Amino acid sequence: MSVFVMPSLGADMEDGKLVEWLVKPGDAVHRGDVVAVVETQKGAIEIEIFEDGIVQSLEAELGTTLPVGAPLALIGDGTVATAPVQKPEPRPSPPPAAARQAAPAEPEPAEAKPEPEPQPEPKVAETGAVAPAKPVAAVPEPPAAPAPPAPAVKAAPVVASGHVAASPAARALAAEKGIDLTGVTGSWPGGAIVLADVERAAAQPAAAPATGPAAPAKPARGFDIEAMRQGIAAAMTRSKREIPHYYMTHEVDLQKATDWLAQKNADVGPAERLLMGALFVKATALAAKAVEGVNGHFEQGAYVPSETVNAGVAVALRGGGLVAPAIPDADEKNLAGLMAAMRDLVTRARAGRLRSSEMTSGTITISSLGERGVDQMTGVIYPPQVAMVTFGTPRAAARVVEDAIRIRQVVAVTLAADHRTSDGRRGARFLTEIEKLLQAPEAL
Amino acid sequence: MNRDTLYAIFIEELVNVAPDLDAGTINKDDQLQDDLELDSMDVLNLVAALHERLGVDIPEDDYVQIETPAKAADYLAAKLK
Repeated sequence: MSVFVMPSLGADMEDGKLVEWLVKPGDAVHRGDVVAVVETQKGAIEIEIFEDGIVQSLEAELGTTLPVGAPLALIGDGTVATAPVQKPEPRPSPPPAAARQAAPAEPEPAEAKPEPEPQPEPKVAETGAVAPAKPVAAVPEPPAAPAPPAPAVKAAPVVASGHVAASPAARALAAEKGIDLTGVTGSWPGGAIVLADVERAAAQPAAAPATGPAAPAKPARGFDIEAMRQGIAAAMTRSKREIPHYYMTHEVDLQKATDWLAQKNADVGPAERLLMGALFVKATALAAKAVEGVNGHFEQGAYVPSETVNAGVAVALRGGGLVAPAIPDADEKNLAGLMAAMRDLVTRARAGRLRSSEMTSGTITISSLGERGVDQMTGVIYPPQVAMVTFGTPRAAARVVEDAIRIRQVVAVTLAADHRTSDGRRGARFLTEIEKLLQAPEAL
Repeated sequence: MNRDTLYAIFIEELVNVAPDLDAGTINKDDQLQDDLELDSMDVLNLVAALHERLGVDIPEDDYVQIETPAKAADYLAAKLK
């Protein structure tokens, strides 16, 4: 018997609002199954379970905001009688962001939380210990190419035991208006529900009976930009307070990679084209594997290197906001596999369908500023990770090649690293390793 | 297919790729990356969707010619003539 608790999905997470159960008492669950959806500052996150068992009871009610570590469900082997668990008081629904900031900090109900059985689930929030959770969910196949948008009037797709696919903004509005998402028609390819669908449903009150979990006009918590900004503020402030960063930038010749990519992409249709970003992720992952001190977590005063390279990929969200879900075993994927994984992550980040393991398993983060950005950026490490690599916008530059000045594509690669786990020499080796790998793109 | 239809199709596919965009607020001269905040993955997905829908294969060198809805409609109309 064990207690399934509200997981910590990042250094900055204090609590989460339970918005959906995907299991019920009596259901068999397996390691890696998505069992619930929790709204956090990073949007709605699918929560996975990290053990096999039978759901004995659900201990948390939909719509309640619960601190990290609060029991959500009891998981047994199906034979043991249920031991009662003391439920913590749900937190009052948070006031709007501004008011929340001004209000005195609520005491953490930490002492009220029953210590769960030893469990592989990362917990503990502020002290920073997030175990380098091994990724349990294989990155799913990329979504099929967008369906020809026939006047999409499909019912919202029900995936993974009755979960309705909906964007965080749609969830937030639905919660605010008390609209049951199962009764809303999704217009996105595949039938996922987006904001406009909920607005439409809200405009026809008769058509959408408010049968959902009673959510009277409370401020919705989902993926609103203000909440996300607060989450980013908390994580980055902690990073700058605790992590002794050092930085270095290296200009890398990208001409070979650019030519190779252009040629490769010219021969294939759009669906099979690669982005330079996939080369960046692969080269960084391989270098992180080769050089010590930049791949892992720093927790409870010690560096815990990771066996696998789970590449966190920074995804900017429209309107502001940022998430960095991880691609597990990025060093072992080929470029097509990485492209598929990146496409899938970006799609789900936008639609609010990221999974808990993706939020916590990153061992290094990669940020690529894209094609129309700036030359370089010095990043801030995402705790408890120990390195952050930023690729500037590739540009043409005059470079000395042998005895001549040539126009070459170049990219500035910047490392922000934790001085507790590596120093300048290691950092330099890491960046020159990335450079070396990018000179042989066909081998990536 | 006339230019207006192609414009409408482009907007439709654009919103499919970036569902958090509101079709009603997109202007004909909005730049996909600068104004609508598409990233390179979004642009690639849009190109793939147009390929699927219209059978038009837009090579990478031509991406600049679909950088706004107005330019894209012109480009697609010329391609499909």
